[in-house]
Amino acid sequence: MTTAATTQQAAATEAARAARPGPRWPKRNPWRHPWFLESFTWLYLIWSLLPIGLAILFSFNSGKSQAVWQGFSWRWYLTDPVLSVAHSNVLQLAVLQTLKLSAYTTLIAVPLGVLFALGIHRWRTRTGATFNFVMLLSFVIPELIFGVAMFFVFTSLFSGISLGTLAETLALVTWNVSWPAIIVQARLATIGNSYSEAAADLGCNPFQTMYRVWLPLLSPAILASAILVFSTVIDDFVIVDLLSNSAANTPMSVYIYATQRGGNGGPALNALGTIMLIMSFVIAILGYIGYRLMTRGERGTSTDALATIAGS
Amino acid sequence: MAGPSVLRFGGQRTKAAPQGARQHNRFFYMLLAMPGIIWLTVLFIVPFYDVLAIAGGRLDFLTGSPVAVYNPLNWSHANLVQTWNGIFGATAFQLPIIWRTIWYTAVASGLCLLIGYPAAYFVARFAGRRKALFLVLLIAPFWISYMMRMLAWIGLLQTNGYLNKFLGAIGLPNDINWLGGHWYTVVLGLVYGYIPYIILVLYAGLDRIDGSLLEAGRDLGLSRAETFLKVTLPLSRQPILTGMLITVLPMLGDYYTNQLLSGTPRTAMIGNVIQTQLGTNGFQGQGAVLSLLVLAVLVIPMVYYVRATSRAAREAS
Repeated sequence: MTTAATTQQAAATEAARAARPGPRWPKRNPWRHPWFLESFTWLYLIWSLLPIGLAILFSFNSGKSQAVWQGFSWRWYLTDPVLSVAHSNVLQLAVLQTLKLSAYTTLIAVPLGVLFALGIHRWRTRTGATFNFVMLLSFVIPELIFGVAMFFVFTSLFSGISLGTLAETLALVTWNVSWPAIIVQARLATIGNSYSEAAADLGCNPFQTMYRVWLPLLSPAILASAILVFSTVIDDFVIVDLLSNSAANTPMSVYIYATQRGGNGGPALNALGTIMLIMSFVIAILGYIGYRLMTRGERGTSTDALATIAGS
Repeated sequence: MAGPSVLRFGGQRTKAAPQGARQHNRFFYMLLAMPGIIWLTVLFIVPFYDVLAIAGGRLDFLTGSPVAVYNPLNWSHANLVQTWNGIFGATAFQLPIIWRTIWYTAVASGLCLLIGYPAAYFVARFAGRRKALFLVLLIAPFWISYMMRMLAWIGLLQTNGYLNKFLGAIGLPNDINWLGGHWYTVVLGLVYGYIPYIILVLYAGLDRIDGSLLEAGRDLGLSRAETFLKVTLPLSRQPILTGMLITVLPMLGDYYTNQLLSGTPRTAMIGNVIQTQLGTNGFQGQGAVLSLLVLAVLVIPMVYYVRATSRAAREAS
């Protein structure tokens, strides 16, 4: 009985729907959840992250293959007497070189870029604007073209600085100085001039204004740019590939590339890549926590902080 | 000239400040910018002049290494002519490489946009309370080194790797030699390598769109698709353009993706040519010319990108 009634009712609604002018399709909830988009996003995320997960897994492979799983072991990190990260001198040199370059570059590029941004922000002349433009060009120029220029300058004009750690550091500073310069300028623009004007009215000279007003207000931006510079250098490849010339100044990225290209790839490279990944993630997490602590009490959400740390 | 320090700068009283004090402040800010300016001059502008000097320079026939000539009046056109012959001459092999580079880059950056836009759009608009989670997952590849991400695919794409196993499991041919020099492998590598960058730009741009504009569209009777086409898409024109540039510019200088995932001249791109010439005695001058040519082609999009982003920054503040 009830089924018949429902069928009848359904038929009636169907008829009414058909009779009514307007959209032929039944009207759907306009605020429905976009399941298609969500599934697409999940598929993308799986495609983007699953291969990395497998690459990390293969750094624990007990065999020599990067493609066929042969059991779990610490062989490539610790136990292999020759080829593991713990025992191979070349691998350790690569790790060390990456850390060295990241530290040197961050220590030079961040102060340089912050001062540049502070100066350009108030020194509004044609020269200032021109150099700001040059700085932005250094941000967008393809890395290979920049690397070619660096290769030539260190092999001809500045041949006193031969290829190696010093040349790599100088080039990496130039390549990365735009991070602090851009991020600090953006922050300066959002802060506005009222604080510095108040400080000046209260008797600060420019140096005191910078030291007591600007630097504390800028500290989150400075931290964010330091993190970006450090992690960019960890991952950098082209510049150091062109400017390194021996095992002592070859960082991890170049070592991985050269060894894999030479047909000697193996899980040790995956182990090296995993170490790079852990370094970057530790830096990113510490930076995120620091950034949140520094911007406590400001408007803004965790997602804003995440986007800032990632440079956008 | 100094006067009371209160009068020196800032605030309303600046207008009354003596000329000397303002000069003094300007000097202070110039001094702050100076280290950066000197650095960029010596290690960015001078090196590019040096590339010009190498391109217009001679070849040392004994060592095979290039000799830079710094006086533009003495520049020779030997390298330029040789490069021109390499591209358009009778035995030219570089023209097909240039076309291939354009073709690969166009397909790869187009795919980056087609895949990246819906994902960024979903996270910016619909992720709701899970936004932070999605954002972390979207940003994660940005923090993973390019080499590690290439290693991941080298493992998967080997003949006995998981991709072929998966294909075999669903009844497809399982003996494809993916790493044997195929254009689709290189394009896959390029898409995989550069998509995190475009997604970040798209997310930031889409997240900035004022939600009330979309609501207004819906209130005025637009369907979901119409709102997207008439409101969201026009408003995301700028992020799409900058996002495309952020993938296209590095792809044009990419040589490592190709080397790792294919390694044959059949898929070589312009980056491979430049990198090879740089490492080959006698060809470095031509490498300099070729990189300057690439730079000349890219100068307009680069300047456009710089202007667009600094305008966006000004509007955001």
